[in-house]
Amino acid sequence: MSNANYRKRKLKDNLSSYAFLLPWLVGFFALTVYPMIYSLYLSFTQYSITAPPIWVGLQNYRVMFFGTERIPRDERFLNSLAVTFRFVFISVPLKLAFALLVAMIMNRKLRLIGLYRAVYYIPTLLGGSVAIAVLWRRLFAGDGIINIILRGIGWANPPSWISNPDYALSTLIILAVWQFGSPMIIFLAGLQNIPKEYYEASSIDGAGRVRQFFSITLPGLSPIILFNFIMQMTSGFQAFTQAFIISGGNGGPLDSTMFYSLYLYLKGWGFSEMGYASAMAWVLLVIIASLTAIAFKVSGGLVSYGSGE
Amino acid sequence: MNRKARSIMSKLLTNIVIIVIGFAMLYPVLWLFSASFKVPNTIFGDAGLIPKAFTWDNYAKGWKGIGIYSFGTFFKNSFVISLLCVAANALFCSLTAYAFARLDFVGKKVWFAVMLVTMMLPGHVTTIPRYVLFNTFGWINTFLPFVVPRILATDAFFIFLLVQFIRGLPRELDESAVMDGCNKLTVYWRILMPLTVPALITTVLFTFLWTWDDFFNQLLYLTRPELFTVPLGLRLFLDSSGISSWGSLFAMSVLSLIPCFVLFLSLQKYFVRGIATTGIKG
Repeated sequence: MSNANYRKRKLKDNLSSYAFLLPWLVGFFALTVYPMIYSLYLSFTQYSITAPPIWVGLQNYRVMFFGTERIPRDERFLNSLAVTFRFVFISVPLKLAFALLVAMIMNRKLRLIGLYRAVYYIPTLLGGSVAIAVLWRRLFAGDGIINIILRGIGWANPPSWISNPDYALSTLIILAVWQFGSPMIIFLAGLQNIPKEYYEASSIDGAGRVRQFFSITLPGLSPIILFNFIMQMTSGFQAFTQAFIISGGNGGPLDSTMFYSLYLYLKGWGFSEMGYASAMAWVLLVIIASLTAIAFKVSGGLVSYGSGE
Repeated sequence: MNRKARSIMSKLLTNIVIIVIGFAMLYPVLWLFSASFKVPNTIFGDAGLIPKAFTWDNYAKGWKGIGIYSFGTFFKNSFVISLLCVAANALFCSLTAYAFARLDFVGKKVWFAVMLVTMMLPGHVTTIPRYVLFNTFGWINTFLPFVVPRILATDAFFIFLLVQFIRGLPRELDESAVMDGCNKLTVYWRILMPLTVPALITTVLFTFLWTWDDFFNQLLYLTRPELFTVPLGLRLFLDSSGISSWGSLFAMSVLSLIPCFVLFLSLQKYFVRGIATTGIKG
């Protein structure tokens, strides 16, 4: 009798707990699980939203990388992949290097540290907006302020950055690097956790600044560097707004700023090829997952998590 | 030079270096701000930060917007969407976080792990099916595609942040409340919710910021100009007006940055805490 009562109470307790979880559970199944399965299905179809999807097997994936008998390889896709890789693997290391450098300069007892941290975070705070992208487009135009400054310091004929296919991507890289605030704050917190005694002891042993950086600072920060790298890489692959606004929505000039997300958007909503766009989304997921796995694997020997942690 | 003087010198040098780099970083934003007060045909040749002739015209002209829709409409829409998302996230992410941090139920560990995995999932794989789904519901050109996912607590980052925070609160508080006869809902609402305020502020700040700047989803779901948000309004302005109206475009750009800027300056420490504890991107 009391056992049955206990079970009843236990069940009631479970049910009332699940009531709190209900919104999230519904969201998880309706807006994550179901969409993922559905987009995997769509990736094997031709689908324009106005008509039911038509099964085409692996065609979308084959067109992306190899082409089929009837459809040539999608060079624009491969180009967007190359542009995005270039963007991510130039901007992320630069961004992290700047973030670390500035964090190290700031890592001492400064009275105005709060103000400095805020000032350096402002580009990150505002940088994702359309407003800043609009500003960037003007700053780096042929007759823009950047070129006025460059001419002022003696570069007679600077390129017109935005409209030159060789340089357009570099303006987006600069914009991304400019927003180094988040990793900087994370590095700053990490630096403050490295015991001061390590530096004191090593300087008694005669280690210089450079030596200390490589044998104390870098190993001490290694888990944080890995974390920052993965976070920035993941968001770098999904960058959209800046390329859209700066290129006027077409990834130009000559597809030189055609980010992966931008091409996915154009395919899905511009050309109504939702099946193809779904396949692209899955390829991106696989790329990000593999790169994350590789980052963990490669860093396995390099990252030290300290003792007792 | 003695040690003390040397340490003061080196500190001074550090401060100078930080200020110089900081100024260079802020220069584009400062230039934007100053350009919004310059007479339109003097904007481009002038790299300086102080307008030679000061004017409010850019703001007056810009605010009128495009056609019959003023920037007032765009700002109203942006605020409505952002505030709805903020309220939904604060309530439903914290409900979920309370369940994960304090309640016991079958399968809790598995669900928690699943929640952490969704945090790492790139949004693109769900974008298209969600669009198809919302389209069949007739939700295009409504605010529902923004608000409903927040009501269903899909922003796992905030759940994680709140779980971490609630775990740091002493359990005796809710245990004694249960002893006094509180049920789960009252423990959440009367005891834990008020104590979670710092983490809730972080949630509110980032939800606001992300929703305010979420150009991609707004581009997908809002196609009627009367529903346009500030980012869409700026883009419309950029596409449809010539060289002559850069001044107005800059003025509206400045206005669009102000809400985020004010929130940041007034609640800075919550930003820093949010980034430092979970690494969320600002």
